[in-house]
Amino acid sequence: MKTRPLRPVRDGLRLVAGALLCSAGLLAQAAEWTPAVLLEQLAKQKSAQGTFVEKKYIALLDKPAESSGTLSFTAPDKLEKRTLKPKPELMKLDGNQLYIEQAGKAPMSIALGSYPEVAAFVDSIRATLAGDRKALEDNFRLALNGSAAQWKLILSPRYSRMSDVISRVEISGSQAEVQKVAFELPDGDRSEMLISRSKP
Amino acid sequence: MSPRFARLRPLLIWLAALAGCVLVIVHTRFVADLSAFMPRTPDARQQMLIEQLRDGIIARLVMVGIEGGDAASRAALSRGLAAQLRADPAFLGVQNGEAQIEALDRAWYFDNRYLLSPAVTPGHFSSQGLHEAIGRSIENLSGNAGILLRKVLPRDPTGESLALIEQFAGSSQPHEVEGVWASRDGSRALLLVQTRADGSDTDAQAALLDTIRSRFAALPGQSADSRLVMSGTAVFSVASRERIQGDIHRLAAISTLLVVLLLLSVYRSLRLLLTGLLPVLSGIVAGIATVSLVFGNIHGLTLAFGSTLIGEAVDYAIYFFIQRAAGIDARSFWRTMWLGVASSLAGFTVLLCSGFPGLAQLGVYSMAGLVAAALTGRHVLPALTPETLRLADLSGLATRLDRLIDAARRLRPALIALVIAAAAWVAWHGDALWNRKLNALSTVTQAEQALDASMRGDLGAPDMRYIAALTAPDSEQALQAAEAVGKVLQQEVRAGRLGSFTSPAAILPSLRTQQTRQAALPDEATLRARLAEALADQPLRPERLEGFIADVARARQQPALKRSDLTGSASALAVDSLLVQRAHDVLVLMPLRAPAGQEELDTRALEAGLAAAGLKNVAVLDILDESTRLFSGYLNEARLLVGGGMLVIFLLLVVALRSLPRALRAVAPLACAVVLVTAGLLASGTSLTILHLIGLLLVVAIGRNYTLFFDAGSHTGTARQREQVQVSIVVANLTAVGSFGALAFSKVPVLAYLGCTVGPGALLAFIAAAILSRKHDADTH
Repeated sequence: MKTRPLRPVRDGLRLVAGALLCSAGLLAQAAEWTPAVLLEQLAKQKSAQGTFVEKKYIALLDKPAESSGTLSFTAPDKLEKRTLKPKPELMKLDGNQLYIEQAGKAPMSIALGSYPEVAAFVDSIRATLAGDRKALEDNFRLALNGSAAQWKLILSPRYSRMSDVISRVEISGSQAEVQKVAFELPDGDRSEMLISRSKP
Repeated sequence: MSPRFARLRPLLIWLAALAGCVLVIVHTRFVADLSAFMPRTPDARQQMLIEQLRDGIIARLVMVGIEGGDAASRAALSRGLAAQLRADPAFLGVQNGEAQIEALDRAWYFDNRYLLSPAVTPGHFSSQGLHEAIGRSIENLSGNAGILLRKVLPRDPTGESLALIEQFAGSSQPHEVEGVWASRDGSRALLLVQTRADGSDTDAQAALLDTIRSRFAALPGQSADSRLVMSGTAVFSVASRERIQGDIHRLAAISTLLVVLLLLSVYRSLRLLLTGLLPVLSGIVAGIATVSLVFGNIHGLTLAFGSTLIGEAVDYAIYFFIQRAAGIDARSFWRTMWLGVASSLAGFTVLLCSGFPGLAQLGVYSMAGLVAAALTGRHVLPALTPETLRLADLSGLATRLDRLIDAARRLRPALIALVIAAAAWVAWHGDALWNRKLNALSTVTQAEQALDASMRGDLGAPDMRYIAALTAPDSEQALQAAEAVGKVLQQEVRAGRLGSFTSPAAILPSLRTQQTRQAALPDEATLRARLAEALADQPLRPERLEGFIADVARARQQPALKRSDLTGSASALAVDSLLVQRAHDVLVLMPLRAPAGQEELDTRALEAGLAAAGLKNVAVLDILDESTRLFSGYLNEARLLVGGGMLVIFLLLVVALRSLPRALRAVAPLACAVVLVTAGLLASGTSLTILHLIGLLLVVAIGRNYTLFFDAGSHTGTARQREQVQVSIVVANLTAVGSFGALAFSKVPVLAYLGCTVGPGALLAFIAAAILSRKHDADTH
């Protein structure tokens, strides 16, 4: 109630601020930092390789479950995650097909469309690496914090089908380099993957 | 007896016989499945194969696709159609990937994991075993599936559900779009329908396919381009039958028209034309009725033969009319005629010895048809035809023809040279002459095959090329045997000699195995004590595993799983297709897949491996190989029979003509025709199938009439009579070439093969008969 008389003022201020920001953006385009700009930069990366260390914080266990290995991405839709420790495992995503190979087991190939809960995980990383804004925005609401030098892209699932398995994905990095991917799960468990990029 | 009655008697008998035949035909079942072209007395392996093709669940599966519109509308149509069909008792099962159905299957494997998992042994539940199994599960949490597995771990810390899933890892599952099964590219929603009716019951299958179509058409929410596609054995059978029937109607119409026009131009009389067709019609009616009585049904392909009978039976009327008009002595004419019929019968008799019901049907059909046609020609036609026939004046044509034949005789050396060259060329081909592929006769079109392959691939249905099969007195023993075989196959998989296999026991273990597994589960107190020990150095506290303890306690007490517990799930369909209840025993089928990157499996080695493990009555079948061998046997038999038939015809001629040289002269044109047609087919890139062989036999049967009449013409009668005989042969030949030529344009391979063999063959036989006929015999008269 109290704020009501102030509303036109606030709206006016917002307008001014918006205009200022716009002109500032026009003056210095490089300084503008939106998901669109970030993804555009990421889209320019046609391939990337690196190593990862992943920690899963699971309430069931008294200490985080840790794994490590290598990661490689080839535009537009190939993602390969090769886990070396504690157990060798290969996960390849090619288009809509997910291929999984585990030591001592028959390789498995599944269609991503049949497993929305799996798709939620792998697609969020892949679409980010590919800079595929449409694929991301189809499934997530995007928010971007920080600057080009140190940014954090926050993905919140749009639909319950996905939010049932994942409450939020945080991807952070510097410039066109992704350094960390963190998943938060609805029951409070979470997983963090740190990526260090190999020099090309 | 009055002369009038004597004249009418054959007519009355004929009409009564016709009525009897029609009565039989009304109750005749027409079939079109491949099984009639499978051997009647096969060995055990082939029996199994045929059963599966004819009655097995594979033959009862219909793959249904919904195309057009957007993904959401396809999914809605898929759900709508599935709901309709599930409510119809004519369908045993309808799968379309809907969540509630899949949930049934998932629940089956999860809820019953301690009875289903092969890992459940006493050792697995010792402190040490629990330590290892739970340690592995914890390690798995760090893997990619960790996030998903953490939910399952408190109830399934030993990883049984994971082990169960892995059993099916080799078989890929259909994709899912909008919550229902879809093709890989997502453009087609997919359903798998199991019919209650047998696959071999083509009538019932046709009705069921119509039901599916009409239920689909009545669904709301269709887009303008929504459409239904179907594939599967039953769909093929029904489509083949429709195609064959459609072709029969079309071709019968075309060849009838051709024959009618030709005869009309010769007879110039409607009455003669109609009476002239009577032998043909009587032959067809008698043929169908006889086959129906002998075999209980008639195959569409046998029926298709009906139009070909026109080729030979119409000749009887033609010879009769023209030669009667020419005033040729009826007795000498009928002597020649009966010789022709007898030798044809002899030729077809050999087909009766065939182990293949399809060939035997052709034999019975042809023999009954020819006898009926000849009897009609002999006894009914004279009763319906005036004593002195006045035909259109053909003498101009006859004279020209005579001169033409005269001129043709000069081609004799050229013909002989050509035939020798052709014979050498055919011989040079050796075994490449023969087409041994089973699908060479298939009426299934390329497009239908492509649709089938794509839907099969999308549904992840096993292609069923390799199957380990065994029989047992009851399902418990069958499942125990399947488990024993599974153990050996598992070793083969580990050794890399086998890719994977599917066993009914993986879905429904034998009672004995279930009880063994239950006995391996410790009681609650023991389990708690062992867990405490097993988890001592793990980052997992025992109190988190209460769900596990409760589930194990329940599994110890739960009643053993039965087939009926599966009802409504996709797994029920799988069990029924792999564990087939038969009249006196149970057939177990275990589809095998070759290791990745390998096309073929060494079935002998697998069989030997199984035998070495004491499993001697397990057959490892390569369906492709078996069917090729089956067909090859079929072809070899037909070769023998057709050769025998030709020999019998020759011997009969020798006896009847009482002269080897005359008999040789009579068969020489036939040999020429056979050689030239074979060479022609080879030159056009066609290798010979069984139907080409039957076609060659027909060439001999039909062509033999020409040579007999040329021979008769050269030995009896005046020059004018000889000319009339020649005209009758030309007319007969043109009808044969016309009616068989029409067949050559059939879309049904079987008919087309017959047509392109007999059409040119009949023409060549006539030309060769003319070129090789002896003028001086005629001149002496």
